[in-house]
Amino acid sequence: MNSEMGSHDVPHDVPHDVTVAMRGISKMFGLVVACDEVDIKLKQGKIHGILGENGAGKSTLMKILTGLHAPDAGEIKVHGKLQRFRDPADARRLGIAMVHQHFSLVPALKVWENAVLGDRLENALVGLRSNEKRTREQIAEISARYGLDVDPDARVRDLAVGVRQRVEIIKCLRYDPKIMILDEPTSVLSPAESERLFMVLRQVVEDEGRSVALVSHKLNEVLAATDELTIMRQGKVVEHLATADATAPALAKAMVGREVSLTLNLADIAGGEAAKPAKQSNRFDPPALRIRDATATDKDGRRLLDSLSLEVCKGEIVAVAGVEGNGQTALDHLLSSLLKLDSGKVEVEGEEIATGAPGAFVKAGVGVVSEDRHDTGCIMDMSLCENLYLSHPEEAAKETGSRSWGIMNRAAMSSRAAELIDDYHITASGPDAPMWSLSGGNQQRVVLARELSHKPKVLLASQPTRGLDVGAVEYFLEQLRRAAEDGIAVLLVSHELEEILELAHRIAVIYNGKIIGEMPRQGIDMQRLGMLMGGMIDAEATA
Amino acid sequence: MNQTGSRLQALTGWPWERWSYIIGLYLASIFAALALSALLVWATDGSWQEVFSAFLDGSLRNPGRWGLTIGYAAPLLLVALGAIVAVRGGLINIGQEGQLYIGAAFCIYVAVRLGGPGPFVLIAAILAGAAAGAIWAGIAAWLKYWRRVPEVLTTLLLVTVAAQLVGYGLKTTSLLLDRSPEHGNRNQISEQLTPDIRLPRVEIFGNSFPISTFVALVLAVGLVIWLSRTTRGFRLTILGRNDRLAQRVGISAPRYGTMALLASGAFAGLAGAMMLTGGDLGNYRLAPGFSGFFGWEGLLVALVARNHPLVAIPMAFVFGALRTGGGFLSATGVEREIANVTQALLVLALLVPSAVLYLQERRRQVAAVEART
Repeated sequence: MNSEMGSHDVPHDVPHDVTVAMRGISKMFGLVVACDEVDIKLKQGKIHGILGENGAGKSTLMKILTGLHAPDAGEIKVHGKLQRFRDPADARRLGIAMVHQHFSLVPALKVWENAVLGDRLENALVGLRSNEKRTREQIAEISARYGLDVDPDARVRDLAVGVRQRVEIIKCLRYDPKIMILDEPTSVLSPAESERLFMVLRQVVEDEGRSVALVSHKLNEVLAATDELTIMRQGKVVEHLATADATAPALAKAMVGREVSLTLNLADIAGGEAAKPAKQSNRFDPPALRIRDATATDKDGRRLLDSLSLEVCKGEIVAVAGVEGNGQTALDHLLSSLLKLDSGKVEVEGEEIATGAPGAFVKAGVGVVSEDRHDTGCIMDMSLCENLYLSHPEEAAKETGSRSWGIMNRAAMSSRAAELIDDYHITASGPDAPMWSLSGGNQQRVVLARELSHKPKVLLASQPTRGLDVGAVEYFLEQLRRAAEDGIAVLLVSHELEEILELAHRIAVIYNGKIIGEMPRQGIDMQRLGMLMGGMIDAEATA
Repeated sequence: MNQTGSRLQALTGWPWERWSYIIGLYLASIFAALALSALLVWATDGSWQEVFSAFLDGSLRNPGRWGLTIGYAAPLLLVALGAIVAVRGGLINIGQEGQLYIGAAFCIYVAVRLGGPGPFVLIAAILAGAAAGAIWAGIAAWLKYWRRVPEVLTTLLLVTVAAQLVGYGLKTTSLLLDRSPEHGNRNQISEQLTPDIRLPRVEIFGNSFPISTFVALVLAVGLVIWLSRTTRGFRLTILGRNDRLAQRVGISAPRYGTMALLASGAFAGLAGAMMLTGGDLGNYRLAPGFSGFFGWEGLLVALVARNHPLVAIPMAFVFGALRTGGGFLSATGVEREIANVTQALLVLALLVPSAVLYLQERRRQVAAVEART
């Protein structure tokens, strides 16, 4: 049955081992290439780790395998037979099931009710009562077999995140899948919970002969838990290897890669001067922004920031590198007055700012280009002009004169908006254009124009180029560089190593809500950067 | 027309074509409702010509009727303006019926007990009514920001509390109950306002309405200016559209939200005070049931006006006409149920276009977003 597989395979692969073979998979979203001719094989009884930074194409590849996306090119063979998935149900029929990264459970429902949610209609119609009994027994049986302790009658909203994930896994195992996919399963788990998860996965592959694909960016995790590895970078497969042959430094290097070209780029930019702040501030001045031992938890008691410390000087661009979900959002919220610290403090030019107090950071001169425009960046139902005054409404009245009585001068606002539209090359029908009619890139320019036009002392740019096209990205980075030249302390938080390497004077790596290492941009050690991003604190930091 | 068009555009941000489209939509929708009503009357062996003619007689044509319609429209407009202020701040005040009733009660109390020259007492009484409405809504604001109780619930439930409270006041001589023996065996009725503390009435061609109408009109225009031309109005709108952004830029939700609810209640209280001193309802006396669903209907006015104060002006007039016309209709012997159904169909006809416009706008936005991704 596997004869047609053999022709494509390298001779030493044992064909009957292979459960899934994806070949030449390509997928584009608009102009972005998410997957580029990716080949990957999952084998029976093996845990296959897929490693890469954000945007490497891991998640897209897995979505193609579960039938959520159709590939633009390439073929998928399951147990040696060519398959085409029209929807996730097709994939499920072939025994491919996914444990979701962002939980897909309904909080108001009970555990067993959540388990049957994905069932097909004809099964559900057999009779909910008899179904209920069967489902509970099934859940109890799976719980016992894998040591996944879950009460079928508990309401999901009452469960801790770790337990919710167990529910997700049980939900997945109910279908008795031959191939299980886990996308960043440990991002919300404690180390002990992760340990337990890997024990379950071990049991699933070794005792029951299933295949597991484990998507992750954590180096020590894939080294400990997997049998085989595929490393992806920018939509391409960089390397296939057996985990036994892998070392953390080599993986880190393969994951972030591209050291040669970028060192050259750096030398090109202003003869190596790019890596120095344009305006050196007086060394006795306090830094423009200083965060000290910032610790914060969310309402479920999860750590968002864990004694994070960071300083940014006037005219300096400090980039926070790291894989998504390691506290970047919390940092964004902190400087947007949306997060109150449990302990630690934030100072702007030596003055302590009350965290979580409305408007405190705007007042102190902290501009924010937030990672989610729709959340705290702009208001789509308002006009472009109004959006330019969102953070300082009182300035709309100032244009009227000294005794304005809070009356806004619409004409002055419009002409100011027209100036900014020119300065920032915003494409729009005019100052009165509704914000929603602008493209994403132009909306982002409006936000940047607003934040910079109020002459901030500190500018936080959080994932500023996400979703923008290449030209817009270039423009944006140039504006950030200029802002720093004008003496603004720029804090760039990004998942894109490219832009970090192009812009930053100094790079700080964030991991689990903590800055676990810092390094100057000049003479950067890419291997060390990769290890830090993978959560491995280097010897020189601990020594 | 071109000039009107550009002026409209400057005021509302909409070009003339869009306005004509909207008006066409309303006309089509109202025509459909009238056709349905006619069908209904015909099916119950009535004559639809007579019914519509009676309706028009009651609301506009008969002597004094359009004055009454205007008199009804003024409190409806005031209530609607209050609802709009709250919605602008992202809050939903649906307790106008109670705020209006409380406002009327405080108004009559001050009017009866406070001595002095008539105009002075009149103004003080009306201001007391507005203040009482504001306080009543303020309770909901306090519960929201210090106890996190949703204002939708509290404003609604406070309507019942207001009714009981005023009912008690109307039974108690030391509060609101008429102290003179003339009220006979009617237990729950207040004293009548003396002529010097009544709102002056405008008389035109045998129609009359109180000057509260002009107050309501001025407030509607003032509200538009306040919302679109002042930094406070701008801040309130920011809070209503995106409370997280408001938090970032320093617009305190408790402060501005409380302000919006107080203003919202003040509008309803003012409506109550002016209904009482205007004389179209209750003959210058307060009695149980005085609020007469004006609080609820004002909410409908805000709804069909899509929360635009200027659009609320004609809509308040239409709802006033529905009230006077409907009342007259049942008085002429048309079955009450038919009259009610006709009224309800017309209300629906006014609601459908705003729903259609809202959906079209959403779809346009979604399409604009999708075209980019």
